[in-house]
Amino acid sequence: MKNIFQECVKGIIKENPTFVLALGLCPTLAVSISMINGLGMGAAATFVLVFSNIIISMIKGFVPNKIRIPCFIVVIATFVTITELLMKAYSPALNRALGIYVPLIVVNCMVLGRAEAFASKNNIWHSLFDGIGMGIGFTLALLLISGIRELAGAGKIFGLNIVKGFEPAAVIAMPSGALLVIGLLLGLFNVIKRRDK
Amino acid sequence: MGTKLIVSGSPHMHTRESTSRIMWLVALSLAPAGLSGIWIFGNQALWIILLAIASALITETGIQLITKRKVSVLDGSAFLTGLLLAYNLGPSVPFWIPIVGSFVAIALGKMVFGGLGQNIFNPALVGRVFLLASWPKYMTTFIQPLTYDTVTQATPLALLKEGKAIEHINYFNLFLGNHSGCIGEVSILALILGAAFLLLRGYISWHIPLSFIATTGIFTYLFAGKNLFTGDWVFHILSGGLVLGAFFMATDYVTSPLTRKGHIIFGVGCGLLTAVIRVWGGYPEGVSYAILMMNAAAPLIDRFTKNRVYGVK
Repeated sequence: MKNIFQECVKGIIKENPTFVLALGLCPTLAVSISMINGLGMGAAATFVLVFSNIIISMIKGFVPNKIRIPCFIVVIATFVTITELLMKAYSPALNRALGIYVPLIVVNCMVLGRAEAFASKNNIWHSLFDGIGMGIGFTLALLLISGIRELAGAGKIFGLNIVKGFEPAAVIAMPSGALLVIGLLLGLFNVIKRRDK
Repeated sequence: MGTKLIVSGSPHMHTRESTSRIMWLVALSLAPAGLSGIWIFGNQALWIILLAIASALITETGIQLITKRKVSVLDGSAFLTGLLLAYNLGPSVPFWIPIVGSFVAIALGKMVFGGLGQNIFNPALVGRVFLLASWPKYMTTFIQPLTYDTVTQATPLALLKEGKAIEHINYFNLFLGNHSGCIGEVSILALILGAAFLLLRGYISWHIPLSFIATTGIFTYLFAGKNLFTGDWVFHILSGGLVLGAFFMATDYVTSPLTRKGHIIFGVGCGLLTAVIRVWGGYPEGVSYAILMMNAAAPLIDRFTKNRVYGVK
């Protein structure tokens, strides 16, 4: 049981998909303008990640090695479609805000990366907890980035005005601001990792 | 035997030159432009310059203390960055603009790469572009010269971009600095005085500034007018930040190529980009973006203009 717990926790800091593995940066750059978007994208990706990990670790025994990537993509695409339909039905506003980046979870290298690197080599339980851990790590990273960007770029947190009389730096809310913030946070993570060694 | 034989390790010939001495001399050569800016726009220009320099020095000291590196704040490079950033600001910006700008210039433009000599981009321009993208309202508001009241007035280049008449501005006023603009860029006369000092002392070579300015001149002569070969190239050379950028920012040792051939390519690239942005781009002025883009290309230029090592094919 301890082993499974480790699979779950490693995704949060030690193997954080965004800051350590540097996977799935495309949606991270695109949707991290506001924390609501960050949370929505994190939840959607976590859902897809957990269920695709489970299914892929179930079918790993009889998927021929040569066509494993197309098979994984079909599994992932199924869950992305479910997510997208659910999101369209229950929170159309969020779906509009995330736009094309929901269907693009299909080709998110974090989901495919975990399928290829982990779920296709481990059993169902480990894959499940790996998916949960990675999903939480991805969501926390998105919340951190979008929190900094929303606060500095719009003066808000979760859409609420925080500081009065503060003139936000518009560049942080632009795509170049996403690259700046992610770059600085990646550097910070490297500093922390180096100190731990 | 009256004379002694002195044995010592190399180097045997000493010169007083050092990075820090060059930095302070460049800062000195920028003094005429600053004084003319203060004279043209009044005391608020002085405050902006002082705040930008203070913020740059404090940021550099702070980061070096936090990261436990050697505090080298007195080498003049942070001072120069703050000074150049202030010269790139309009005289009516709120007081926190130079403070934030210098912080970004030093922290994001220089220290994250490892400090002096490691940065890819000119730090002062990183600060300016950050400010321009973040607070365009303040960064594109300029005031009338020599009135000492805050009466806003567009820069000559902005007027040109909007297709308005610019009759009240003649070449002589542009040369002296009697027009609206950034603190350090308006007076071409003062800038040329400082640049001549640097050129004569050999601290900068003529290759980058000349090729930069000449390319902008030729390109605007060709394309900036209504027809081909009717562009007002003298106006384009004398307005905006071209002279400041060409002599004092494109020639930054760290972010420009190493060889003479590379200098020419760098200058021509800067000139082309500046002219393209001015003639067809969305901004009235493009010197800072042009220099930053060519900064990014400098390592590539270096790779293709490497000098042949003696004795090697």
